[in-house]
Amino acid sequence: MSRTARLLLFAAGASVLAATFVAGTFGMPEFGGSEHLYRDLAVPAAVAHHTANVVSAVNFDQRAIDTFGEETILIASTLGAVTLLRPSREETVRRPPDLGHTLESTRLVGYLLLPLMLMLGADVVLHGGITPGGGFQGGVILATGLHILYVTGSYPTLDRLRPTGPFRAAEALGGAAFGIVGAAGLVGTGAFLDNFLPFGSFGQILSTGTVQVLNIVVGVEVVGSIVVLLGAFFEQEISVRKRSEASR
Amino acid sequence: MSVLPYLVAGYLILIGSYGIIRSHHLVHAVVCLSITQSGTYVLLLTVGYQHSATAPVFGSTTRPSTDVVDPVVQAMTLTDIVVSATVTALLLALTVQINKRHGTVDPDELIALRG
Amino acid sequence: MTALLVLSLVLVAVAATGVVLTERPERQAVTLSAFGLTLVLLLMMLQAPDVALSELGIGAAVVPLMVMLTIRTIHKDHHDRDGS
Repeated sequence: MSRTARLLLFAAGASVLAATFVAGTFGMPEFGGSEHLYRDLAVPAAVAHHTANVVSAVNFDQRAIDTFGEETILIASTLGAVTLLRPSREETVRRPPDLGHTLESTRLVGYLLLPLMLMLGADVVLHGGITPGGGFQGGVILATGLHILYVTGSYPTLDRLRPTGPFRAAEALGGAAFGIVGAAGLVGTGAFLDNFLPFGSFGQILSTGTVQVLNIVVGVEVVGSIVVLLGAFFEQEISVRKRSEASR
Repeated sequence: MSVLPYLVAGYLILIGSYGIIRSHHLVHAVVCLSITQSGTYVLLLTVGYQHSATAPVFGSTTRPSTDVVDPVVQAMTLTDIVVSATVTALLLALTVQINKRHGTVDPDELIALRG
Repeated sequence: MTALLVLSLVLVAVAATGVVLTERPERQAVTLSAFGLTLVLLLMMLQAPDVALSELGIGAAVVPLMVMLTIRTIHKDHHDRDGS
């Protein structure tokens, strides 16, 4: 199909979609209105389970099975991407070359920021039940904080600091631990992923029951996943080269 | 004016799809797909918004009886963002392999499926 | 609807148009990062700090990094192909 034919077909479909969408928006509840049925049910349920961050409560307590499904999507697509980026038979993995010159000040800032970012990420994961944050956000902060070493120009240090073996294990363990906590709820009270740990006082770290445990589990899993993914991309770009004809 | 947020969400979805149709490079198409996904996040969150309500996190300053925005749509959106990043990674890995096998990443040149 | 909310919505739409109309993917990594930042602004206006944290990490750091690495891998492969 030529480009113009494709564009005409898209224009036809998009105009119908746009027309029905605009007609639909005029029939929707008003933006900023006060009629939110889910909120009226979710907020009292979260407060009853002593969870201050209602979004975390919805993610890990009320709709935890959906988060379980999203975790499996995470694991599956990381597995697919890493498999696709594995060096094939025609390629070798060579040592990372000595990267060029970076300013001393860049390196200093990088080395100073690294422990700060790791601490910040761990803080966001641990306080997920009571402040904005949680396993997903903290895991992303931890993973990107580790890669500040790439900005400072020391890819060999980054390579040594993130051996892919333990991070792959972390990802797999995180996924499995979610299922184990869910099964423990099944054994304890008869409902999968039930919140069976004792609740504390509102606003403390250990007040939310299994939400806290699941936050940490998801944080570990997201760190493993993103580090493994970025590692596969880095290796493909920096180290993998086609096996030359002479060495065949 | 009060339907502007929904219209912006619809616009994001359509402009992302337009970018995919008209793209000359597979990586450009993947980035435009990510724009389309952002359109759905905007739609979800604007459905759950309420004027002069605060974020759904309670603490010492926000008692549990104050009005908050809808937390269910926020929960759906935040897991979606992280997961769609890994799906984008899968698509980019596919692009790298396509380039290795066929030598090009222009969608117009990749028309035939070769065995 | 406050003026700030309208402004952030318009900024998001303009940034998205900028990303789609950028032809070269290596430039798109930068515009995608800027789009992520405008989206974070809009998310904070909509009282969603959790979602904003998540989008900040992903949209401004992880996805542009992967896009840049993919572009460099593709260019390196084309270079090797042309050179051999």
